[in-house]
Amino acid sequence: MKLNRRQMLILLPAAAVAWKHVLAGTPEESPNYKMTDHWWSLLIDIPKCIGCGNCVRACQAENDVPDGNFRTWVERYHVSDWNMTSPEVISPDGGKEGFPVATDEAGKYFFVPKMCNQCADSPCTQVCPVGATFVSPDGVVLVDQKYCLGCAYCVQACPYGCRYIHPEKKVADKCTLCYHRITKGLTTACCEACPTGARQLADLKNPKDPIHAFLKTHAVQVLKPQMATGAKVFYNGLDGSVR
Amino acid sequence: MGFLKEAGHLFRFAGLFVLAFLAFLVIRAYVVPKSFGQYGHYRGAALGEIAAHPIKFAGHDSCETCHTDVLDKKKTGKHAHVNCEACHGPLAKHADDPASVQPVKPDTAVICARCHTASAAKPKGFPQVDPAEHSSGVPCETCHQPHNPAIDAGGAK
Repeated sequence: MKLNRRQMLILLPAAAVAWKHVLAGTPEESPNYKMTDHWWSLLIDIPKCIGCGNCVRACQAENDVPDGNFRTWVERYHVSDWNMTSPEVISPDGGKEGFPVATDEAGKYFFVPKMCNQCADSPCTQVCPVGATFVSPDGVVLVDQKYCLGCAYCVQACPYGCRYIHPEKKVADKCTLCYHRITKGLTTACCEACPTGARQLADLKNPKDPIHAFLKTHAVQVLKPQMATGAKVFYNGLDGSVR
Repeated sequence: MGFLKEAGHLFRFAGLFVLAFLAFLVIRAYVVPKSFGQYGHYRGAALGEIAAHPIKFAGHDSCETCHTDVLDKKKTGKHAHVNCEACHGPLAKHADDPASVQPVKPDTAVICARCHTASAAKPKGFPQVDPAEHSSGVPCETCHQPHNPAIDAGGAK
């Protein structure tokens, strides 16, 4: 085959047209919701948590979470005075039905609700071989379940153990920070159901959000800061023994 | 121009490359989802699909549109900041169609105990009782009105 200048000149625009077709997208957004105006996070106030399990049940009801898997769960820590580094941690069925009554008054107890930390530099999205999980422009780590292969790299990569393979769909599943709710102006199901206000959804890009004043005046931590994941679930009053 | 004649095989090869590249572009256009790369290395349409998941909890603002009588009772008491659906459960269906979807009345023996059963693990300031010792099986709502639980706030119902 011989390609002369004329043929080349015909082929180049054809290639350009094809390229344009490749780049074309079909955006699908909620009305009145601008992703670039938000940067979602969540505040967990440890001293307020009573371990009732409302959040775990609400999450399961809202998101059809299969039994035995958890998008959020609650752990109860019991730290004795003489052994800070190996606390007794329990989480029966993720704390879904609450916790057994504690009678041992020695040491200290506290509850730690856990969930996806919505990391800004999340290890789970970096390992996905097909681009099925990502940090959305409004700061939520999501899974495209139509695109996910179910290879579970992300399940292994998450340092917080917040992902699982859905037993029926066979794809990665995780907390979406109730993306279907927060894009409609509602709070997450766990925050809605929390009776003590121990969980609060926060928008870091909203200057009027009370989170800014809270972060200024409280000793707040994220889990595993040494992993530099850019975690955005803030814990107030987190004990040093929590891993 | 003998040079060009001798280099003919190079041009043929280059032509093959161009053809292969075009074939790649066409196949790619069909295989890669339309919205891939819209916001990053993922399918932009996935955001809309995830956001389209139906809601189950209606949210406190929905309750407020009708149940102002209950909210008036609630806002002066200790349960002022407890959202309705924390005890009554997810009721978006009821909010959508209040007439045909009626919520089940929560069982106070279960609901109250979840939060208020005494345990050394709970924060000390949180009101908690040993249910057996506190009421010996008498239902909570006999003395406490759940929407405003202080005894002097009006007793039953």
